[in-house]
Amino acid sequence: MPAVQETVDRVRQIDVDQYKYGFVTDIESEKAPIGLSEDTVRYISAKKNEPAWMLEWRLEAFRRWLTMREPTWARVDYPKIDYQNAYYYSAPKKKPQLSSLDEVDPQILETYKKLGIPLREQEMLAGVVRPEGERRVAVDAVFDSVSVATTFKEELKRAGVIFMPMSEAIQEHPDLVKKYLCSVVPVNDNYFATLNSAVFSDGSFVYIPPGVRCPMELSTYFRINEANTGQFERTLIIADKGAYVSYLEGCTAPMRDENQLHAAVVELVTHDDAEIKYSTVQNWYPGDADGKGGIFNFVTKRGDCRGKNSKISWTQVETGSAITWKYPSCILRGDNSRGEFYSIAISNGRQQVDSGTKMIHLGKNTTSRIISKGISAGKSNNTYRGLVTAHRKATNARNFTNCDSLLIGDQCGAHTVPYIEAKNSSAVFEHEASTSKISEDMLFYCRQRGMSAEEATALVVNGFVKDVLQQLPMEFAVEAQKLISISLEGSVG
Amino acid sequence: MAFLEIKNLHVEVEDKKILNGLTLTIEKGQVAAIMGPNGSGKSTLSYVLAGKDNYNVTEGEILLNGESILDMAPDVRAAKGIFLAFQYPVEVPGVATMTFLRTALNAQRKTRGEPEFSTPDFIKLVRDTSAKLGISQEMLRRSVNVGFSGGEKKRNEILQMAILQPSLAVLDETDSGLDIDALKIVAEGVNALRSPERSMIVITHYQRLLDYIVPDVVHVLAKGKVVKTGGKELALELEASGYAQFGGEAA
Repeated sequence: MPAVQETVDRVRQIDVDQYKYGFVTDIESEKAPIGLSEDTVRYISAKKNEPAWMLEWRLEAFRRWLTMREPTWARVDYPKIDYQNAYYYSAPKKKPQLSSLDEVDPQILETYKKLGIPLREQEMLAGVVRPEGERRVAVDAVFDSVSVATTFKEELKRAGVIFMPMSEAIQEHPDLVKKYLCSVVPVNDNYFATLNSAVFSDGSFVYIPPGVRCPMELSTYFRINEANTGQFERTLIIADKGAYVSYLEGCTAPMRDENQLHAAVVELVTHDDAEIKYSTVQNWYPGDADGKGGIFNFVTKRGDCRGKNSKISWTQVETGSAITWKYPSCILRGDNSRGEFYSIAISNGRQQVDSGTKMIHLGKNTTSRIISKGISAGKSNNTYRGLVTAHRKATNARNFTNCDSLLIGDQCGAHTVPYIEAKNSSAVFEHEASTSKISEDMLFYCRQRGMSAEEATALVVNGFVKDVLQQLPMEFAVEAQKLISISLEGSVG
Repeated sequence: MAFLEIKNLHVEVEDKKILNGLTLTIEKGQVAAIMGPNGSGKSTLSYVLAGKDNYNVTEGEILLNGESILDMAPDVRAAKGIFLAFQYPVEVPGVATMTFLRTALNAQRKTRGEPEFSTPDFIKLVRDTSAKLGISQEMLRRSVNVGFSGGEKKRNEILQMAILQPSLAVLDETDSGLDIDALKIVAEGVNALRSPERSMIVITHYQRLLDYIVPDVVHVLAKGKVVKTGGKELALELEASGYAQFGGEAA
């Protein structure tokens, strides 16, 4: 953990209630009329110039949604969401077609620069030479409802990789979209996923052809900028036979007094021998210390290990959002397939987190591994909710689960709700769980050696989450480590 | 001016009075043994010196180089040179011993306004010091005290002391839980750190440790105050006569 010192410095620079990403970009935008109706759905579809089949599909989802009820089983408590008092589409006014980053509104580029997101193609275009061997990341930047820039498109194209905004994929690769969209998360899967199906506006589409190892990390940064606007992105990643891709996702939003809704759907598909590694650093605005404002994050993420020997790995660092409701899952359909879930969920202030995973073993010799580290501070509540099942034919299914919770202070809560179901007698499921309080003795020991209270806490917490941090791609691991300390700012006496 | 002056110290822990007007002076470079029966306040004294929470000083004063330390946070005291070798060293899971050492050393140096150690210098320092204490590189990569044997934990304390180079080292029952071989290694490590610039307070229940770390002076603590002071031979007397004469329970 060489970054500990740096982390602490960062923490010191930041006041308790200051969310670093809380600025608003002043930019003209075009919005759908407020509220949600069939007309809204038609408006979005028309804005995207979508083919008739897509509109039909959306309308059907919308009609379904009208018959559904918001789920209440999670351990989260929030005021009723008024779905009619939000905007479902907001796009920065821009030129219709962009051929390069030069044409992106400089204000938006400035925003991403402030966020520290390297839209490096920019530099490439300007002729900046990067050091040899530096890892490159292709970025898709989603601003409110639309994707504003996707970098390295040409280079990826040469490798046969498709990486583009979902709205473009619907136009350019309708067959792939038709084949895979909703094949993992059905339209009527749950209330928020169905809502997303009706009104989603953009997101990323990735297709890696057979045998291709994606030449660089792919990344999407989501930014909610407009007030009262929900963000409903849709991501679909397909790794064909023997393909590999590592995908990163980051998210931020301005500080606003009202709550904003984020309801995304992410679907992953791996065919035979393919692997997808999906990492998230979620840092939506969490609201202030009294729980005012913040993002409601209701997300459905699911991966389907469709082929034999395939693998899907979810890694998440959740530090933001007022409410988090999120269970990245794996359906282990192919024989010998493997699912992994590594999670660090941190809650502070009045944040409420209900997160975990589902590992559904269908194929033979399938294995899964769950490592969850929950850290609660302030007056927050942090729940791990996980489901591990082995179906009748899932011979030799194996799961290992480890859930650790760390409490900082005496006004927060940690809860673990594991569901385990084995319908095949050869299944072996292991579950380990622990809840500990960051002990006074541990802090005193560190402080006796010269560390301040913040330094001591950062060191102990970084030690606690080490197993998961190691799973993150290098550049994200450092970022995540900083984020963890910043999120815990103000949590020590 | 004495290096450390403890004057009429009264300390309560959870409303229970533990130290009762303790007065003690430690000279620069002096190695002082503090002996006493269970419950006499030996460990409390070490925690109060280090600044642990909930050890409330109700009366009295502690001066280090003439400066009161009572209002200083534990990390500030550490930077001033106070080091406590814990009776029960604490485990810090997931934090490599090497990282812990470096974070601690650099934190102290920063508090004192000194530059941080460079990585190569630091690694060399740790490698040289740990070799003398029989601490392997593998142990330095392991999480702090996690899965360490009793002897390894105590050696790790001495390693930290050697790296941090305190001006006042308080060794709280460093001999507890050690077999004779481990005791010798630890004592050798401590003796190597004896210097005219470093004072030590060696807290122990038994005389045995003092065969290896020979003190300049022995203080006997009973019921929260110093009841007798003498030379190293006092330890031997106590070994023979026990603590009963001071009203404590038999050892």
